[in-house]
Amino acid sequence: MNEKSGTIIGVSGNLLTVEFTKAVVQNEVAYAVTGSRRLKSEVIRIRGTYADLQVFEDTTGLREGDRVEFTGELLAVELGPGLLTQIFDGLQNPLPQLAEQCGFFLQRGVYLDALPRDRSWAFTPTAVAGDRVTAGETLGTVPEGIFQHRIMVPFKLKGALTVERIVGPGDYTVGEPIATLRDADDEPVQVTLMQRWPVKIPIRAYAERLRPSEPLVTKVRIVDTFYPVARGGTYCIPGPFGAGKTVLQQITSRYADVDIVIIAACGERAGEVVETLREFPQLTDPRTGKSLMERTLIICNTSSMPVAAREASVYTAVTIAEYYRQMGLNVLLLADSTSRWAQALREMSGRLEEIPGEEAFPAYLESVIAAFYERGGIVRLKDGSLGSVTIGGTVSPAGGNFEEPVTQSTLKVVGAFHGLSRERSDQRRFPAIDPLDSWSQYPGVVSADQVSFAREMLHAGNDVKQMMKVVGEEGTSIDDFVVFLKSEYLDAVYLQQDAYHDVDGASSAERQRYVFDRIHRMLRCKMSFDDKDGARRFFQRLTQTTRDWNRLEQQSTEFRQIEQQIEQMLAEVSDYA
Amino acid sequence: MHKVYHGIERIAGNVITVQATGVGYRELAQVSSRQGTSLAQVIRLEGGRVDLQVFAGGRGIATDAEIRFLGHTMQVPFSQSLLGRVFNGSGQARDKGPRISENLIDIGGPSVNPAKRIIPRHMVRTGIPMIDVFNTLVESQKLPIFSVAGEPYNPLLARIALQAEVDVIILGGMGLKHDDYLYFRDLLEENGALSRSVLFIHTASDPVVECLLVPDIALAVAERFALQNQRVLVLLTDMTNFADAMKEVAITMEQIPSNRGYPGDLYSQLAARYEKAVDFDTAGSITILAVTTMPGDDVTHPVPDNTGYITEGQFYLRNGRIEPFGSLSRLKQLVNDKTREDHRTIMNTMIQLYASYMETLEKQSMGFRMSPWDSKLLKYGQRFENELMDLKVNIPLEQALDLCWQILADSFDPAETGIASKLTHRFWPNH
Ligand SMILES: Nc1ncnc2c1ncn2[C@@H]1O[C@H](COP(=O)(O)OP(=O)(O)O)[C@@H](O)[C@H]1O
Ligand SMILES: [Mg+2]
Repeated sequence: MNEKSGTIIGVSGNLLTVEFTKAVVQNEVAYAVTGSRRLKSEVIRIRGTYADLQVFEDTTGLREGDRVEFTGELLAVELGPGLLTQIFDGLQNPLPQLAEQCGFFLQRGVYLDALPRDRSWAFTPTAVAGDRVTAGETLGTVPEGIFQHRIMVPFKLKGALTVERIVGPGDYTVGEPIATLRDADDEPVQVTLMQRWPVKIPIRAYAERLRPSEPLVTKVRIVDTFYPVARGGTYCIPGPFGAGKTVLQQITSRYADVDIVIIAACGERAGEVVETLREFPQLTDPRTGKSLMERTLIICNTSSMPVAAREASVYTAVTIAEYYRQMGLNVLLLADSTSRWAQALREMSGRLEEIPGEEAFPAYLESVIAAFYERGGIVRLKDGSLGSVTIGGTVSPAGGNFEEPVTQSTLKVVGAFHGLSRERSDQRRFPAIDPLDSWSQYPGVVSADQVSFAREMLHAGNDVKQMMKVVGEEGTSIDDFVVFLKSEYLDAVYLQQDAYHDVDGASSAERQRYVFDRIHRMLRCKMSFDDKDGARRFFQRLTQTTRDWNRLEQQSTEFRQIEQQIEQMLAEVSDYA
Repeated sequence: MHKVYHGIERIAGNVITVQATGVGYRELAQVSSRQGTSLAQVIRLEGGRVDLQVFAGGRGIATDAEIRFLGHTMQVPFSQSLLGRVFNGSGQARDKGPRISENLIDIGGPSVNPAKRIIPRHMVRTGIPMIDVFNTLVESQKLPIFSVAGEPYNPLLARIALQAEVDVIILGGMGLKHDDYLYFRDLLEENGALSRSVLFIHTASDPVVECLLVPDIALAVAERFALQNQRVLVLLTDMTNFADAMKEVAITMEQIPSNRGYPGDLYSQLAARYEKAVDFDTAGSITILAVTTMPGDDVTHPVPDNTGYITEGQFYLRNGRIEPFGSLSRLKQLVNDKTREDHRTIMNTMIQLYASYMETLEKQSMGFRMSPWDSKLLKYGQRFENELMDLKVNIPLEQALDLCWQILADSFDPAETGIASKLTHRFWPNH
């Protein structure tokens, strides 16, 4: 064991100043010892013979003169079979097991293995002795729930290695050696089902990075049709409190068309995580017929849990996402909220008395955010298969004002922006994604021409709405008024979606194409009305009928009936002249 | 074995600095000088110097005061005998009752393991339609009342407390007016609720540091009751005073402020308190209702803003009414599908139509002609305000839902409401 140690000479919040004698590594993990407890910490600054450490725990009771043990290791996570379905804290402690051991409350200084050591996995080798392999290539697989979990050459190994020995099919625990490799220096390397990887360093054991181009279907209409997300892309959801960021992520975590969903609950309410972890095991994933939990992993570092571990939590989450990407899977990482992580950086920066930037955030905020989203991407693996990490992060801007450092830094790096508006959420127009301000650089699931026509309609409708505020309804021509009604109709029956309705809540890409095609035709249709009230009544009826339509299964006969009803209604007002 | 020191090096605001060794971070000390004795807490250790925050404030402390370190952090006694009693911010009796010193518990303890929480599932009935119908309150919810000064937020808090079916009520007063303290005490007494209540009261004239302790003490005690299977309701008023006390201390400590003078950890500090709200797996629950006054009626002010991000919604009190916009119960979904089939639809439809009414009002104020549709909306909106929003209304949820249908039917045709036909067939009142 490494015997390096130091002595505490200052405590301020969760920041320790430690005097040391032997070499110390920036960002290495250390433990502050108080009584029988060892509190995990990370070196974040070194000056002369003093190191500043952020402690991932409450520092109550630490004294000057207390010992600090340095480990020489960067903050790392365990990667191997058994991660899925788990609920970890930001440092990868499994919370249910902690509860078994400590009861109702979290106890500081208790660290458990992330991967169960006693469970064995049915390993099937795919490599044979004599094979030449490099980091990230597959040696064999174990079944993990619904997936073939690849056991890969540890990512940290350099150059080509030779498989000297590999075990036959059989059951192994994560700690047992399953292969021996020889590296370029002819040194032997033991491989187990599990490997460790430092969270702040991206995993790069792939052939090449590609451009995200395929839509990731979320089943939220306004997203997939208007502001799509791509596999391997990145997007952000800024919005004031209560505008629907979390609900939007929760729906996405249920319905998104991906293999694995990693939820990083970062510095927000614990209750929201509880909903997921209690409900998901009961819900069936329509893609697999198995419980939704089998494709889900939760990293939970909620607002009353230690602040420094919030920062670690997003890195823990993205590292695990990259790990499953290496198996040729599509992974979606949902982080709620990235602002809390930025605030954790700000708190630490303040304690370090660094020169503050805007709103007291540290000057390096922007580059930290950029580097995080850069870890999203779609890659071609060494065996030719594709894997992706898609990252969606919520942003919680102070005062709901997007002109603030975290939102602005995020907008610079993401591929899609789903801006939530207070006005829309007040009006219960959910999901409250602003249809005029949001944008996406990715291709969507319906025809781009139809979408751009609809977007123009929304803009035109909004112009009329603004104009009516000045000149009133009486000063608006009936044609303009119909444009306004059409845009409101599009909003009511397509952009808005009832998240809590079984059918309306999730709309497949195929259904979106079908429905949007009909709605688009409606928008294009020239209509004639006697007067504005007649027009308004017509659209009220049409809206109600279309909403009924949205609530029906596409295969049902009622669906067809209502569709015909809508067409009839349309025929009555169509102006064929 | 307690270490005793004399000789204060520095006094700034409520913070004193002494040279001392072997002192633990957050440890308590007793500071005695001619002014009397006060508790103080260690808030920084640095190269042999110890900064302490003095609960009774720095005023009148002499440099030769005696500082006795106690070897433990802040604690309060916990037992059934707390019920019916009133204490101050450092846990000393404020009424004439006996001193309680049994069974000391730590305050500001660790957070609940999320794996030990359960999904809240019980509606708290208040008889207020703006809450029961539109923003249902749920047991274990944490919810602030956003309010400008002068609104009847304390009476609202008291009314909900008396109407709710809970086992224990804990009131934490911060910077409370003495009159308001007496109001709460007398009201609880008159309604026979004092015997199941504990009051921790910091009034505007008490030392500011004691204000900082109130939420932690109140919640530590609440937690113990909840672990004994009790349903506890914690009332905190006013959390803006708590935040301002934090601001004052941060500025004395020369911390870099992040937003309008408030410390960068305002969010985490508030969250640490609000997250104590919980529904325990196999034990009781804590529900938190807290007043947050909004300086200048500005919800983007850092205190309401950070609070809104932390809590599970908010009741927005303005002009003596709970506003439908801005008010939110994030937990309502968990219960309002089990109340009555039409609950959710009524909730959404009524608000959407009320939003249209507001637009019509705007048009009207600009002097535009009112269309027949506008006239319907005007009629609707006025009835909504008078029959549902008025805080004097006190009716059960079911009656309130019926009233909503009646108002809709008196104002509109079914299709104009956008309500799914299935529901209008069943619920639309016949004329
Ligand atoms: N898609 C939606 N459909 C219906 N209601 C929604 C939707 N999104 C949000 N809401 C409502 O808004 C509330 C706040 O949403 P939430 O996602 O918690 O906000 P945020 O995370 O932005 O603070 C929810 O509790 C719910 O009442
Ligand atoms: Mg949220």
